[in-house]
Amino acid sequence: MNSMTTQQKKASLPDQRGFFGQYGGRFVPEILVPALDNLNNAFEKALQDENFRQEYDTLLKEYVGRETPLTYAGRLTAHYGKAKIYLKREDLCHTGAHKINNAIGQVLLARKMGKTRIIAETGAGQHGVATATVCAYFGMKCIIYMGAEDIRRQKLNVDRISLLGAEVRPVESGAKTLSNAINEAIRDWVSNVEDTFYIIGSAVGPHPYPRMVREFQSVIGKETIDQCLEAEACLPHHVVACVGGGSNAIGMFSPMLEFEDVKLYGVEAAGEGIQTSRHAATLTGGDPGVLHGSLSYLLQTAHGQIAEAHSISAGLDYPGVGPEHSWLRDTGRVAYSSITDQEAIDGVKLLSALEGIIPALETAHTIAYLEKLMPETDTDEIVVVNCSGRGDKDMETISKYMPS
Amino acid sequence: MSKNNRIQQLFQQRDPDHKIMSLFITAGYPDPAQTVALIRELESSGADMIELGMPFSDPLADGPTIQNASKVALEQGVHMDSIFGMVRELRRYSEIPIVLMGYINPVLRYGLEKFFQTASESGVDGVIIPDVPPGELPELTGLTDTCGIDPIYLVAPNTSDERMKTIDEYSRGFIYCVSVTGVTGARDGEEVDRSVRKFIQRVRTNVTKNPVLIGFGIRSHKDAMNISKEVEGFIVGSALIDVIDKYYPHEDWIARAGSFVKALRSGEKTEIAE
Repeated sequence: MNSMTTQQKKASLPDQRGFFGQYGGRFVPEILVPALDNLNNAFEKALQDENFRQEYDTLLKEYVGRETPLTYAGRLTAHYGKAKIYLKREDLCHTGAHKINNAIGQVLLARKMGKTRIIAETGAGQHGVATATVCAYFGMKCIIYMGAEDIRRQKLNVDRISLLGAEVRPVESGAKTLSNAINEAIRDWVSNVEDTFYIIGSAVGPHPYPRMVREFQSVIGKETIDQCLEAEACLPHHVVACVGGGSNAIGMFSPMLEFEDVKLYGVEAAGEGIQTSRHAATLTGGDPGVLHGSLSYLLQTAHGQIAEAHSISAGLDYPGVGPEHSWLRDTGRVAYSSITDQEAIDGVKLLSALEGIIPALETAHTIAYLEKLMPETDTDEIVVVNCSGRGDKDMETISKYMPS
Repeated sequence: MSKNNRIQQLFQQRDPDHKIMSLFITAGYPDPAQTVALIRELESSGADMIELGMPFSDPLADGPTIQNASKVALEQGVHMDSIFGMVRELRRYSEIPIVLMGYINPVLRYGLEKFFQTASESGVDGVIIPDVPPGELPELTGLTDTCGIDPIYLVAPNTSDERMKTIDEYSRGFIYCVSVTGVTGARDGEEVDRSVRKFIQRVRTNVTKNPVLIGFGIRSHKDAMNISKEVEGFIVGSALIDVIDKYYPHEDWIARAGSFVKALRSGEKTEIAE
């Protein structure tokens, strides 16, 4: 398995300055400019470095447990009676979600750069757990910034992070969720830029982060292509992934972008409904602006202040989105839509009952989207859903929606 | 007097022994109705220039003091037009150079061109947008030129010699020299002193076009004099806001802020300047 070649073949976007069309860039304080230059150089070098690739691929295989299966969802398929549905099982990665693919790549890069201190933000806690896990594996100091509200609703992951030897720093500003945790992580990086490596968990942030996260997550899409070809002798016709910042989606989509016949669907969190102010559907209900170092769609007020997002799923509860998704939205290559909190809960129940898989609340948004997508499909088509994470961490939230 | 040249005139007319003292406050903090009165008090207490912060919900280069000031200002409804209103009101009384400082998103939302035109018409002299490094928004250069607004950029201790030269090229008015790596916030005097000396030498060598002011971390007259020996002046932000926090809403909070500034300038002790 060689997981880092496709992007090099068509390395047109982002451009040299980190732009996907008008989106992306490097909107950061001057102090971070040299740090981002160094990071970009190290990343470019790593891409060409056979040893780096081997180390990365070996860890994915022997530590993460890749490749993850592409599971035929027979009862879910029968439920809709339309296209065949497959699940890309990122929930079976070590630590329970796709986040570790990227955490491993970035920690390896940090080690190459001689950085000794790792910081990260986390929303649902999956990226925090993945980063803490990899830091434990390599014996590195690790600090995780997490919104106080997310600490409350993702308690299990907070305990996991602590057990793994990382420090969780609660963030009390704003809505006390993912966006505020990123602010605080950036502040830490600005203050400790010499010895610290900031591992961003989503396809957001200043250049080169969106590209780097895409590269380290693109193993999802590459495996899916191979597995689908093997199982069905064709590419999938429809591919669905959830989008908060958009790392699992870009990892799934990017190797498929060149295949025009593969229809791609990104599913955002509509929270209590996009007609309300309580949602996180950035691409559906937002406007372009600058947040966390890049220009992209975001939820904002008439005066350009960042609006608070809302979603039942901490991992999607973010007012921004990765800049490449903004580009893919505007070009129409990916169709973005949104799913409410209640629909997501129904998605959890459906997948649990029919396939014996309890999905993360983030992932449940993609399952719920099948209600809309499946009637449009044909019986000779293939649908792949990216099952980005497992639901153990969400059981407390999910329990509230179960009959007592 | 041409309103475009207030910053340049300030530096041209400076007595070599006089250090330019630029003060940062957040527009509308703690009380939007008193921002103009506060600026006038700061000016009469010895301020040479005012950096007026445009509050933003997600100020990722600022420490707790300015984060809180931004939050309070936003809660009181401060937005771009109210900030321009403050500057216009101030211009009825004062010719002190005004630099607007804030993050790019509210500026983009307001409209880049409209922002610079309105800034110019309102009597703003310069702009600092800390999350837009030189060249990141190419249209900025043209707009600052046509509107006669000085674009002011930052250099940091980790900025390379070559990049300092680039930043000097892009800047007009002055260069804002961040003396301690980190987010804004006052620090103790000794740390400032240690970290700064070699850095200033590098800035002096590479920045040849613009005057240099040093900020981030100055709390006292002694800090200010130590740090600005080799440059044209200094900037105080968080320490001033800390003083305001301490006395607001006491009825003489503005006068107390003025006393702090007089002490920053003269070194004479007042009851609040430690």
